Amino acid sequence: MELLVFGKTGWGDELFYATLMTIAVSVTAMLIGFFFALIFTPLKLSKYKLFNLIGNFYTTVIRGVPELLVIYLFFFGGSGAIMYVASIFGYYEYIEINAFITGSIAIGIISGAYSTEIFRGAIQSIDKGQFEAAKVLGINKFTQFYKIILPQMLRLAIPNLSNVWQITLKDTSLISVTGLVEIMRQSYIAAGSTRDPLLFYSFAAVLYLMLTYLSMKIINRLETKYSRGY
Amino acid sequence: MDFDLMFSSLPKLLGASVVTLKLLSVSLFFGLIVGFLFAILRINKNIFINKFAYGYSYLFRGTPLLVQIFIIYFGLGQIEYLRSTFLWVILKEPYWCAIIAFTLNTGAYTSEILRSAFQTIKPGIIEAGKSLGITNKIIFYKIQIPIAIRQSLPAYGNEIILMMKGTSLASTVTLMDLTGVAKYIISTTFKPIEVFIVAGGIYLFMTFIIHNVIKFLEKKYSFNT
Repeated sequence: MELLVFGKTGWGDELFYATLMTIAVSVTAMLIGFFFALIFTPLKLSKYKLFNLIGNFYTTVIRGVPELLVIYLFFFGGSGAIMYVASIFGYYEYIEINAFITGSIAIGIISGAYSTEIFRGAIQSIDKGQFEAAKVLGINKFTQFYKIILPQMLRLAIPNLSNVWQITLKDTSLISVTGLVEIMRQSYIAAGSTRDPLLFYSFAAVLYLMLTYLSMKIINRLETKYSRGY
Repeated sequence: MDFDLMFSSLPKLLGASVVTLKLLSVSLFFGLIVGFLFAILRINKNIFINKFAYGYSYLFRGTPLLVQIFIIYFGLGQIEYLRSTFLWVILKEPYWCAIIAFTLNTGAYTSEILRSAFQTIKPGIIEAGKSLGITNKIIFYKIQIPIAIRQSLPAYGNEIILMMKGTSLASTVTLMDLTGVAKYIISTTFKPIEVFIVAGGIYLFMTFIIHNVIKFLEKKYSFNT
């Protein structure tokens, strides 16, 4: 137990910061995922076949390929791709992107695919009359989306998005292979230097359980907030 | 694009996907048994049995699969007592550690899927069976189980695909499955995109097949033909 105390003798403070790192990566990845969902949901719902194809390609590939493989692609290919783009602009120095950015983009693209599917389902399940009524009232597309469609969509999407959040939170453990010091990596380091893997990995499991439990509580509140009137 | 590398790595990756499929099928087989047992415990009326089964599924669904594999592979080997028992024969092999972790993980998800399938069976169907004088045992085996299996097919199909992706984590405990070999080729050739296309293509092909088999089964066992 003294291995888990805060301070120089224990790993408590290191694990605490690692937990904060896990939360930071998850939140960033989730936001990047929303950004991708915002691009690809309209593509999937578009009238044009080509846009549909692009949207479907994204969600099918990402949801059909293991997360670890996607992370390896970004980990090994990320800086190469950036350097290639930079070389077009005449910059030939070595560029290294840090593990936090690569990790959150990789996880963000994965969670974006799941979010896209959820947003698509939520928008499709909104009554067609709502779109037509907005059109008839002469409301422009922007206001229609933000004031009419989005609030109704969120009510339907939040329970499913909470699943995506849980998946994203657990997926961040895979970033440990790239060397970013989050819960899993820190436990690995601690387990290696104290020769006590059972304690540290079990403690990591407890930390993840705590995170999922707490986020469940917060999401339940959001759910009641957005289902007012139902 | 290095097409030569893509062609030369294809046989290696196909060979490795056999390992992936083996891991997947063995852990799904055991996971189904575990999941079925815990689903029955979950619908039990005894509160302790019920809570125990709930705790199991909560624990394994709330933590990443990677942690579970590491606890079993690195953690359990630390207990001196285990090293002296026959269990050590199994636990020293990364292959069986991965299988145990996958089995317990998929078992937790499967138990939730089956439980919700059991609970959504209309009480009228069971009552109809009772009023026809069918014994409880036969109602369970001949009425509840077939309906539950049909109900849970779509969700279980998703679980199979999730598990297939989960087997990629076996590469973290030195097993050379599809992801493991892909990573090895990437780190020796530094051509991530080419290898990703080939390995990802194999994974997508497997997803495609699983998806269609489940769809076929769903159609075959649908109520209203």
